[in-house]
Amino acid sequence: MREGEKDPGLYDFRPYRGRPKLEWPGGKQVAVWVSPNIEFYELDPPANPHRKSWPRPHPDVVGYGHRDYGNRVGHWRLAEAMSRHGFPGSVSLSVAMCQHLPEVVADAAARGWEFFSHGIYNTRYSYGMDEAQERALIEDSIRTVREATGQTIKGWLAPALTHTPRTLDLIADYGLSYTCDLYHDDQPGEVHVKSGRLISMPYSLEVNDHYGFFVYNMSPRAYADTLIRQYQRLADEGGTVMCIPLHAYLIGQPHRIGPFEEVLKHIAADGRAWITRSGDIADHYMQQVAA
Amino acid sequence: MSLDPAYLDYPLRKRGMDHEYYPYSNLFERPPIAWPSGKAVAVAIVVDLEWFPILPADKPFRAPGHMVTPYPDYRHYTAREYGTRIGFYRMLDAFAKVDARVSVAINSAIAERYPRIIADILSAGHEIVAHSTDMNDTIASGLPEDEERALIAAALDALEQAAGTRPRGWMSIARSQSFNTPRLLAEAGLAYMADWVNDELPYRFETGAGAIVNVPVNHELSDRQIVTVQQQSADSYVEQIMDAYALLHGEASTLGTSRMLPLNLTPYIMGLPYRIDVLERLLGWLADQDDAAFHGLGEIADALR
Repeated sequence: MREGEKDPGLYDFRPYRGRPKLEWPGGKQVAVWVSPNIEFYELDPPANPHRKSWPRPHPDVVGYGHRDYGNRVGHWRLAEAMSRHGFPGSVSLSVAMCQHLPEVVADAAARGWEFFSHGIYNTRYSYGMDEAQERALIEDSIRTVREATGQTIKGWLAPALTHTPRTLDLIADYGLSYTCDLYHDDQPGEVHVKSGRLISMPYSLEVNDHYGFFVYNMSPRAYADTLIRQYQRLADEGGTVMCIPLHAYLIGQPHRIGPFEEVLKHIAADGRAWITRSGDIADHYMQQVAA
Repeated sequence: MSLDPAYLDYPLRKRGMDHEYYPYSNLFERPPIAWPSGKAVAVAIVVDLEWFPILPADKPFRAPGHMVTPYPDYRHYTAREYGTRIGFYRMLDAFAKVDARVSVAINSAIAERYPRIIADILSAGHEIVAHSTDMNDTIASGLPEDEERALIAAALDALEQAAGTRPRGWMSIARSQSFNTPRLLAEAGLAYMADWVNDELPYRFETGAGAIVNVPVNHELSDRQIVTVQQQSADSYVEQIMDAYALLHGEASTLGTSRMLPLNLTPYIMGLPYRIDVLERLLGWLADQDDAAFHGLGEIADALR
């Protein structure tokens, strides 16, 4: 990005009207990817001078316990529901999960899910890092996921959405192909970086379960209805990407997973969705569209 | 600009949790827990019965539901008292209608101020869970250990004196603990606590002074969370709890295991005239489920052993 300028210069302005249509495999209308955030929050993390980790003094028993519920209970419930309806996951991974709870990572890998990095812990932020520190974070992510799963990460979602002005250039420099940190489009597109080629992968904060439940205060059924509306519109328009970003500690709750499973059932039955993973969307896009 | 190099050190990055309180455990790999009723789903009703001094203290933090306006905040002081005088009695009647035994997490100030309430709770067969002294006595790191120990003892002593038996369980205000709390609860002889929400079944929690059972009372399913925080209707609350029951019952049936549905209720929230009907409808519906039974937190904690 252009640090210190009013326009960070992340991408070109390309209005929706008049774009060539993107084609998805099998003539599908919308590429749908489901993104469970598999995260580890530390009980007593060190302080980052630019952002507080827990809102309460440590131990934040409810905050920590809520996140831990995702790994003990929610993941297994969510993963089963996704597998039942043929949805692979594209995991936004706190890579320290590979050390702490490898059984969760192994389960996701065995289901054919893709992993991309969401930092080391969701309680360690990139704010304030110098270039060497941020490179260490990226190298750690690549190495850790490779050792645990054999996969080479292709994507990035900054830990707790904390960025530096260098982040996008650096992940491109390490050969990653997509970022989930930009929310300007319903289709993939080029991101300006110093070297290599980086595209933005449509993720979504608007239909993220965290926003649904705690920003918009939706009931579980209202959130499910929101996802179906989002899907219907994007499928009607065609050439689009729909991401469903999730947290097992939220969507895996007993009052929420049932309505959510109806969404998976709806999309799977509709027939217009390319139900896939973020890395497959990135590969397909980069082959189809020249930089 | 750069960060202290220690920020990129991860001394606890190893197999398991980043603390010694409990090991990792996948809910779906655990053996079933046999509830005393023999039913698959234990419905655990926990009512928070609280007294908010009109002079709030913020040490270490102000409790949810506490005073809001400049002194004197008649509006919140009396609205909370409404829950105790009126809403709670509506709830007691509703529990009696479906023959449910519940747990009441009670500030010891309630016992000292309103002994009649303790008699009414006990005569209905409900369980008393210790819930601090009053809503000024919150716990978090920063509270000196001796003060926290004294707070716990004061609550237990007053409740024992009013009820004739010492409470076996503890629930902190806002489920908020310090690093010392689990150990102090174990040292005080408590059998269980109900603060950690990381699970759906009771589990053993190591405190450094012996184990205590943690019974998770899901805050996400509480009336406070759904109705007050997320601003959903009482009807939506009931629908969500029914959906939760259906899911838990389905898992128990399919997997041949047992589940627990915690309902954390607040008299000044669900005890209002325009909400109590739907709570009664929910309780009736739960009572009609063949595979469900109402159990107190103490029964649930004991079932783990």
